[in-house]
Amino acid sequence: MLPTESKKAVSFKRYIEDGDLVIVYERHDVMKPVVVSEGDVLQNRFGVYKHSDWIGKPLGTKVFSNKGKFVYLLAPTPELWTLVLSHRTQILYIADISFVVMYLEVVPGCIVLESGTGSGSLSTSFARAVAPTGHVYSFDFHEQRAASAREDFEKTGISNLVTVEVRDIQGQGFPEKLSGLADSVFLDLPQPWLAVPSAAKMLKEDGVLCSFSPCIEQVQRTCEVLRSDFIEIRTFEVLLRTYEVKEVKVDTGNMIGESHDDYNGGLRPCKRKHRSKEDGAVSLDSSSNATSVVMARPCSEARGHTGYLTFARLQCLS
Amino acid sequence: MELNKDQATMSENNKPQDPDPRFACEGCSVLLDVNDGDRLVFARLSGGAILKIGNKNYSLKPMIGAPFGSLFQVESGDEGSFLSRILPVKQENKSNNVIDDSRDNRELVDNNEAQNLTGEEIEAMRREGAKGDEIIEALIANSKTFEKKFQLSQEKYLLKKQKKYAPKVLLRRPFARSICEAYFKKYPERIGFLRVDALSLLLTMANVTAYSDVLVVDMVGGLVTGAVAERLGGTGYVCNTYKGNSPSSVEMVRMFNFSDKVIKRIVQSSINELSSAKTVSPEENNQQERVCNAEININEPSTSDIVEETSVTAEAMVVDIVAPESKIIKAPKAGAKASKEAIEMWQENGFSSLIMAAQDQDPWSLAKDVLPLLSCSAPFAIYHQYLQPLATCMHNLQQGKMAINLQITEPWLREYQVLPSRTHPHMQMSSFGGYVLSGIRISTT
Repeated sequence: MLPTESKKAVSFKRYIEDGDLVIVYERHDVMKPVVVSEGDVLQNRFGVYKHSDWIGKPLGTKVFSNKGKFVYLLAPTPELWTLVLSHRTQILYIADISFVVMYLEVVPGCIVLESGTGSGSLSTSFARAVAPTGHVYSFDFHEQRAASAREDFEKTGISNLVTVEVRDIQGQGFPEKLSGLADSVFLDLPQPWLAVPSAAKMLKEDGVLCSFSPCIEQVQRTCEVLRSDFIEIRTFEVLLRTYEVKEVKVDTGNMIGESHDDYNGGLRPCKRKHRSKEDGAVSLDSSSNATSVVMARPCSEARGHTGYLTFARLQCLS
Repeated sequence: MELNKDQATMSENNKPQDPDPRFACEGCSVLLDVNDGDRLVFARLSGGAILKIGNKNYSLKPMIGAPFGSLFQVESGDEGSFLSRILPVKQENKSNNVIDDSRDNRELVDNNEAQNLTGEEIEAMRREGAKGDEIIEALIANSKTFEKKFQLSQEKYLLKKQKKYAPKVLLRRPFARSICEAYFKKYPERIGFLRVDALSLLLTMANVTAYSDVLVVDMVGGLVTGAVAERLGGTGYVCNTYKGNSPSSVEMVRMFNFSDKVIKRIVQSSINELSSAKTVSPEENNQQERVCNAEININEPSTSDIVEETSVTAEAMVVDIVAPESKIIKAPKAGAKASKEAIEMWQENGFSSLIMAAQDQDPWSLAKDVLPLLSCSAPFAIYHQYLQPLATCMHNLQQGKMAINLQITEPWLREYQVLPSRTHPHMQMSSFGGYVLSGIRISTT
């Protein structure tokens, strides 16, 4: 997934080979990760796709089924992976992930500690940020989850950047051998305050810690503990509002309220892109008083809460 | 004084050829956080650099060689007041049971007679070399109302006085995050109102990582270029492209403490150069020549850069007082012209992703020219402070079947005050950080 050697850079690797991981894109909300295998086929409601037809094709192109229907084959990115990975736990999404990576000041070469591993969604983004010389140490107390995460990292080709260990961070703390080596620490634990003293030990001075908690009571307790060793303690909530874009006929004449019932009735939140073409077609048979205008409005439904992100910087005492 | 000695040995240990990025060396760019985020000031460390707090100037010299994250406080000595490094006192977890505090503001009368100390008396204390903390103690002792105040108001009072009489300066390492925050706070229009959460989204959505070749259209002063270069860590390329003849300024790149290795990866090239076919027809040849002639003018915008920068620093109240020439270590200049080999490579393989942050430009008219420069399946993210042009751009990309997975998003960021029994969102927040259109380029054939 990541171009950790210059030869593997996405822009250099344009043709699909046997054994590649690709994302099969049907619609923005229907995607699937597939490992290309010479004799294999992909079956969906549009028919059967032979993998052998895909080999040698450039990424980003259409491939057709036996029924003549197409899907796109895309290069995997951490974002696409987050959308398609199997959810073994509640995962972090793009807004939180982006903010965490930036606020933790993770750059190439950094050492990042993380607990728990969960489904490995955030770990993948950390790996992208520390590549090519840094490393992510991820801990989860759940043996099976850790194993599945390891398998996933093999599949996405980032296992050289992420080490997954089974460990109860709340109970045991981070391993001593990582003491004073971490540039950043990320906690996603039910009782993060229990892990804060150990996290402080792992961090380099001026290193940044982030704790993700869905409930404000968790934040409250974490902040109380943070105050003894950390400065710049700040808590945020970050959310995304998405917009639907449509070309709609607007009446520019004087006859208000005539036969335009289909404007709002036909709209469904967030189902923008695949409809707009038909809408465009509709707009052609415009009557004299109507013009087509491209307009945007927020989708009616959105994720209202994910978690609070608390950041803190380890005091510099030396 | 002992502290200063420590710093001297520290800077000696710091080999000049390989500076530890966690220490503030002479000549490097630093971010000064005055009074817990009240003011953020950029400075280039030198013996002569000055920070103005209140109506006094303070030399930044004590900061040279100190680790990033060190805290400084104003202290008075025989030769006036100066900045001195302080080590934070370990706070024991005091269980402040606020709920049981029954005091309130019923007896407070706003008649300006609460404080017995006069301004002259305070000034006299200062002249005699009283420390900030001592002045604050005197203020409390002479306040008629302090004891009657609710515990929270007492804390607020203390904080207010600390900021005035014993200001603290935190030495911070400039990162894309802090640079974006500092600009957003002070000059949001210069960065097109690009808030830090929106910037982080751009980097994520464009899959910026080591060894990638990222095409950017940066018309936000170099913030995006710098943020991308930070994630590349001296590998791959960030190529800043532009319409017409003059590249946009990327002077903000100098705020980052980039090594030469990273700086070398920041290049620029015009859209014409990048998109001209490999077999150059005479007509196109002419065009190229015109572009080349234009390149000579690159130096001109850079002189205006310098003017701009001094105005930034002057307004930020950092004055670089006549330091000996040799002592100033200039940051290397980013944004050299992309080499012919690099351009050929991009024409052959395409860029691995694109970020556009072009203020006052129509995103669609730019996107239709630069999207074809990407390799297929490459993700892109387009920033704009207005929604409508992005909506139009998205519509046109759909119609032209140039991209899939298109989405316009607007990040929303709220900060919280977290204190025992006093947790709530901040009373003031930024209500707008920009819009992002993201998608994946597909093959049109």
